[in-house]
Amino acid sequence: MKLAVLGAGAVGRSVAELAEDYGHTVTALADSTSAVVDSDGINVDAAVARKNDDETVGTVAPGAAFESEYDVLVEATPTTLGDAQPGFDHARAALESDHHVVLANKGPVAERYDDLRAIEAENDGRVLFEATVGGAIPVLSTIADVGSDNVTAVRGVLNGTANFILSRMAAEGLSYEHVLAEAQDLGVAEADPSFDVDGTDAALKCVILANVLFDGQYTIGDAEVAGIRDLPGSALELASEDGWTIRLVGEVARDGVRVGPRLVPENGTLAVSGTRNIVQFETKHAGRLNISGRGAGGPETASAVLSDVTTLAREE
Amino acid sequence: MADHDGHVQAYTVRLELADEPGELLHALEPIAEHGGNLLSVFHERGSLTPRGHIPVEVDLECPPDRFDAIVSALREASVNVIRAGAERYDEEITVVLTGHIIDTDISDTLSRITTESNTSVVDISLSAPEGTSDVSSARLRLATDSADTGDVLDTVAQIADEKELRVIAPLTEREVTA
Repeated sequence: MKLAVLGAGAVGRSVAELAEDYGHTVTALADSTSAVVDSDGINVDAAVARKNDDETVGTVAPGAAFESEYDVLVEATPTTLGDAQPGFDHARAALESDHHVVLANKGPVAERYDDLRAIEAENDGRVLFEATVGGAIPVLSTIADVGSDNVTAVRGVLNGTANFILSRMAAEGLSYEHVLAEAQDLGVAEADPSFDVDGTDAALKCVILANVLFDGQYTIGDAEVAGIRDLPGSALELASEDGWTIRLVGEVARDGVRVGPRLVPENGTLAVSGTRNIVQFETKHAGRLNISGRGAGGPETASAVLSDVTTLAREE
Repeated sequence: MADHDGHVQAYTVRLELADEPGELLHALEPIAEHGGNLLSVFHERGSLTPRGHIPVEVDLECPPDRFDAIVSALREASVNVIRAGAERYDEEITVVLTGHIIDTDISDTLSRITTESNTSVVDISLSAPEGTSDVSSARLRLATDSADTGDVLDTVAQIADEKELRVIAPLTEREVTA
């Protein structure tokens, strides 16, 4: 497949760098101000080097990516809240010209799921978005395999940054501020960690799951969200006296989406440590399924994007 | 109690006492005399029953064959037993509260939790490393009937909300086991 990749952050770059290993060709790579386009395949290493030096990937306008020859648009620009722009318009432009879209950007599927599905239905391309929930973990393809009607609820630890902070606080008896600073030094937390520690990122993932499982209509406004910012270290200490620990858990059921710190058994399945994620499905006929793995990171998330591309290639 | 194959069971007994000196001791003596081991006593001073008495909840353990003797002994000693035995709680829930727990009257918080829902506070652990007027944490272990856990958690959440405390509730047993 020929890929037009929008977004040259960690995920977009990794998709471009790994595409060849998966048997695909990158024909366009764009960041917010420029693009590089070549219908025979761009020189990815040169574009990434240029991005590192000049902070632009190419010399033509970013819109050139849409004019290029491609089969799948990979949308890997930053997730935005509310109208999910510009990711939503990018997906729309690709679909309306009968191209497939693979999203790494959570915005369009969390905030405008029904609009996106409507545009998909009117056109020939498909929309896939495995990378938006749980990074490298095959969450959505597991739901597709089990059958969304057979999954009654999902819960999980879906934000690596919050999980890193909670597991360090519990293990070392350190304060939230101390561990956050450490996480920022290690590059696990952003300079502005709000999106992760306030529960927004986990909530968006849960909203996407609710949309997939229960036929759409959910946005982040339907989610009850609490973060970990005000959690004193003493709460983790007291929990551990009784064999519990605290994790930021997202829960998805037909009656709603909820994200907040919850007590989970210290040695239980949900008490994953560090930046690992875990997703737990309740199924009608097969009991509980657990899948765990790396929920973030450039190559990890790119692997989910490329597996969607491979799915589309198989279906052609 | 090892002479009963070591088998003891936990029971919750709910009593009503007159607000007079010595009443509590008078109520607890028959339990000890008949082989009961006291686990906790929750004395809800400040909340009165409709008859103007003080509700007291006693958790105890004893061999099952001695429990009836303990309840009879309490009644013979003219202690008003509101509930005993078969209705003992079969489930424990742990919750952690954070915030200004001490400033917002922790004993009021506890007594409201027990009077406004079908539960008893079995254990409490409090940590206030920054001092009593700053943010602190408390872990409560609540005994209840398994059918009422949702209701108990709702009550805790509502009281915490009024006092601007945060509740960290467990994923319920059904969700976390298996």
